[in-house]
Amino acid sequence: MVVIVDYGMGNLRSVAKAVEKCGGSVAISNNPLHIEQAGRLILPGVGAFGKAMENLGKLKLVEPLKKKIEEGTPFLGICLGLQLLFEWSEEGNVAGLSIIPGKVKKFLPTPGLKIPHMGWNNIKLTPPGERQDSPLTAKIFREIPDNSYFYFVHSYYVEPDEEKIISSTTPYGIDFTSSITYKNMFACQFHPEKSSKIGLKLIQNFLGLP
Amino acid sequence: MVFLDITATIEGRNTMLNVVSKTAEQVFIPLTVGGGIRTLDDIRELLKSGADKVSINTAAVKDPSLVWEAAEKFGSQCIVVAVDGKYVSPGKWEVYINSGRTPTGIQVLDWVKEVEKAGAGEILLTSIDADGTQKGYDIELTRLVSQKVSIPVIASGGAGEPLHFYQVLTEGKADAALAASLFHYGILTIPNLKKYLQEKGVEVRV
Repeated sequence: MVVIVDYGMGNLRSVAKAVEKCGGSVAISNNPLHIEQAGRLILPGVGAFGKAMENLGKLKLVEPLKKKIEEGTPFLGICLGLQLLFEWSEEGNVAGLSIIPGKVKKFLPTPGLKIPHMGWNNIKLTPPGERQDSPLTAKIFREIPDNSYFYFVHSYYVEPDEEKIISSTTPYGIDFTSSITYKNMFACQFHPEKSSKIGLKLIQNFLGLP
Repeated sequence: MVFLDITATIEGRNTMLNVVSKTAEQVFIPLTVGGGIRTLDDIRELLKSGADKVSINTAAVKDPSLVWEAAEKFGSQCIVVAVDGKYVSPGKWEVYINSGRTPTGIQVLDWVKEVEKAGAGEILLTSIDADGTQKGYDIELTRLVSQKVSIPVIASGGAGEPLHFYQVLTEGKADAALAASLFHYGILTIPNLKKYLQEKGVEVRV
């Protein structure tokens, strides 16, 4: 069972529908017990970082989530669900779940670039030699060509301390980190559930992880 | 994808939640829904039904604070303000509401700036003059609006052939171009249009 963590942020239903389309069975839940029993975890999310941390705290989901991730459960973080894994965000100057060393920064105003970064953009896959040798990365991006287009909506991006965990970057003024692979976790800034066929392929790959 | 019930306001109808939720089950690309939105509750219901963004037009003009409150509550990224403009004199267009039937006396170029300040995430700009003509988008209106605001502008109204898309995305400086009947009636197909634009050097997702 795939458990989509419901902490009151963003469009969980789109994520659930996409997982179902890929043949997965889904539960949307904010019950720590369900999270404990999950075979796979998805942390989605659209919205403000501080509010998200506050909700996770109120719902007493922080510890169950961390524990589950530590146990090695396949984990997919989407958008805010990527950012929350880090230590700190510029958005509201708030501490995150601190599972991955690094921070979340806002795009600097750059002439000609609109913020939020919204729309389709391509992802440049990190060549295998330059990233952590994680079998997860290869599996997640199976049959997803380099420079594929995904859908983005965000004003902040993650900056991991360890560059080796970056599994793709995307050009938007700078080449920002558009996805990371860390232990049993894959997390992306883009929205696979809104990225048409290629996004569904990625979700399918996630469901196929051992 | 944009789903608009364009006569919802004048016919006093709410946007069909059922159609939205059925669509969202099958369509895995961003879905914008508009038509007849009046309140924050309308917006909440649509987002819950699976819309990613809502498009507000008449209600935004009648009560600009709705845009501000909606952006505050749901985030700018899901608030699209639709602006229907009609040509008045060189460099001037007037905002019309109620499906382009009621003039407001408001200048398009002032209004887009105001909705940007209120927190709109995108502007869906329709030229009433060009709409339905298939003679091309209003390039000048689109260019002036795009230069005026720093949020994405989607051009709408007038597409008749691939060249029109090219023009509005380059000269018109639009971030995206919308067309409906061309695709609905099969005059153009999306893959062919994308191929054409790509060959002309426009960045598109193929």
